[in-house]
Amino acid sequence: MGKIDCTCTLSEISDFYGKEMATRDAYGIVLVELGKKNPDIVVLDADLSCSTKTVNFAKNFPDRFFNIGVAEQDMIGVAAGLALTGKIPFASTFAIFATGRAWEQIRQTVCYSNANVKIVATHGGITVGEDGATHQALEDVALMRVIPNMTVIVPADAYETSQVIVSATEYYGPMYVRLGRSKVPPVMPKDYRFQIGKAYVFRIGKDVNIIANGLMVSEALKASEILNKEGIDTGVANFSSVKPLDEETLLKIAKSSKLIITAEEHSIIGGLGSAVCEFVSENYPITVKRIGVRDTFGCSGSWKELLKFYGLTAEDIIHTVKEFFKK
Amino acid sequence: MVDIEFLKEKARQVRIEVVKMLANAGSGHTGGSLSAADIVTVLYFYKMKHDPKNPKWKERDRFVLSKGHAAPVLYAALALSGYFDKSLLNSLRKLGSPLQGHPCCKDLPGVEVSTGSLGQGLSVACGMALGLRLSGINSRVYCLLGDGEIQEGQVWEAAMTASHYKIDNLCAILDHNNLQIDGSCTDVMNIKPIEDKFIAFGWNVFTIDGHNIKDIVEALDSAQKVKGKPTMIVANTVKGKGVSIFEGKVQYHGVAPTKEELEIALKELKDGKN
Repeated sequence: MGKIDCTCTLSEISDFYGKEMATRDAYGIVLVELGKKNPDIVVLDADLSCSTKTVNFAKNFPDRFFNIGVAEQDMIGVAAGLALTGKIPFASTFAIFATGRAWEQIRQTVCYSNANVKIVATHGGITVGEDGATHQALEDVALMRVIPNMTVIVPADAYETSQVIVSATEYYGPMYVRLGRSKVPPVMPKDYRFQIGKAYVFRIGKDVNIIANGLMVSEALKASEILNKEGIDTGVANFSSVKPLDEETLLKIAKSSKLIITAEEHSIIGGLGSAVCEFVSENYPITVKRIGVRDTFGCSGSWKELLKFYGLTAEDIIHTVKEFFKK
Repeated sequence: MVDIEFLKEKARQVRIEVVKMLANAGSGHTGGSLSAADIVTVLYFYKMKHDPKNPKWKERDRFVLSKGHAAPVLYAALALSGYFDKSLLNSLRKLGSPLQGHPCCKDLPGVEVSTGSLGQGLSVACGMALGLRLSGINSRVYCLLGDGEIQEGQVWEAAMTASHYKIDNLCAILDHNNLQIDGSCTDVMNIKPIEDKFIAFGWNVFTIDGHNIKDIVEALDSAQKVKGKPTMIVANTVKGKGVSIFEGKVQYHGVAPTKEELEIALKELKDGKN
């Protein structure tokens, strides 16, 4: 990332506007700022603080930072205990370990007790890159989405991430925030204000609407630009809030679409695509095509290569749309 | 001055409520509730500072029932302490009751955290103790574990955390009745040596007779004086303690007393054989 040190203030959330940076970097910076204002914020990590960027918080507030070591299940339990004494714990590690290794702890101890734990996981999706399948979470959104009381957010860029983290401190209840390792281009407009359960519509198209989150919002915007030029009226919406899902906006979009495309850096099973299908099939059945990783494990490679390899690019979205209208 | 006789009487009352509510429910965990009855009684009626009229009192001591299947003993202690009316115990395990099969903190005052999936409570207790320490609240956290439960790996993760962060406002108690669902702990998956393991993990360890009220009192008091490390009290207990037909019998792990068994149990408990 470019050199952005931990000196911004909360009033300068707008500093993240227009910046190309990894969402995890935004998280690390914002966390420190929130820590200055709110002494109840505590942070936990499982030996990955340099990667998740919680190291910034650790340096600034060593007494409020708990490295639990390579022990994700314990980390979630300790976070729940801290929450139950009134603290606001942020627990971070890689997405697959946070949601996979500690799934039952999240279900039983955090969500069933409705403990105010914020699980902010980095390294979601395929763009983890070279580390390969073991470290690429493609199932995390599905795993979190099925648990009652859990809120699931997948921000698109650094600007949105900074707002999501602030919201996390204001909202009471378990929350899962999925962040990425690699730099992502800025996509959200300056006047954007994140709200849990609220989608952001860039534009509603009359032919196709692409419902995306995470870095796929950027790919969706690229695809829509080309499709619109080619005469296919295409809209894009950022559904960063996977749960709760913005059903009102989704219904509006469905009613305007001949085709809905979902695009996410996640398995096509259980994530945003599934959430959209579940709602649309019950309320306004139209065709939904899902862009995502097609029920397979990831592999090593550069993140840009991997997006192509697994069909997660603007070109793949365009191809899917054109195939549909060819019929 | 500790009134040992008062605590013995309370433990007897707790056991009576335990067998009554289990028989009424028709299912539940008899053996492990009775083995923990003396420990839980001493905690609620002697050791812990708590206020049944103000369950969320910030400065209260916390109790985490990591072996959540012993819910009846917790419910009995809470009811007898005055957290809710004793008649509510009749609703155990019934649809709509706040007295779930395993403790749920959502609707029942006095339950600090939902438990029941084994191995998770000690981590929560560590977090609570750290939270209290950070807030400068001089309260303690007590966590009751089953012995079969320490086969869970997470217990040892938490054991490391407690010693690494020198969590000395944490006191864990192991209800060591040496029986788990499939048989004796030694046969199913040997957990011994227990004391050596916790000592190696950096804990202060006491071993006591978990049915001797005076032992329990002294161990809990001594634990409070230990600085810089957490304490584990290994309480040697008898599964089903207090009712001869249940004592030491693994088949009563997850089975409630029948009507006939309840009669025998109440007769023994009321005769004060305990």
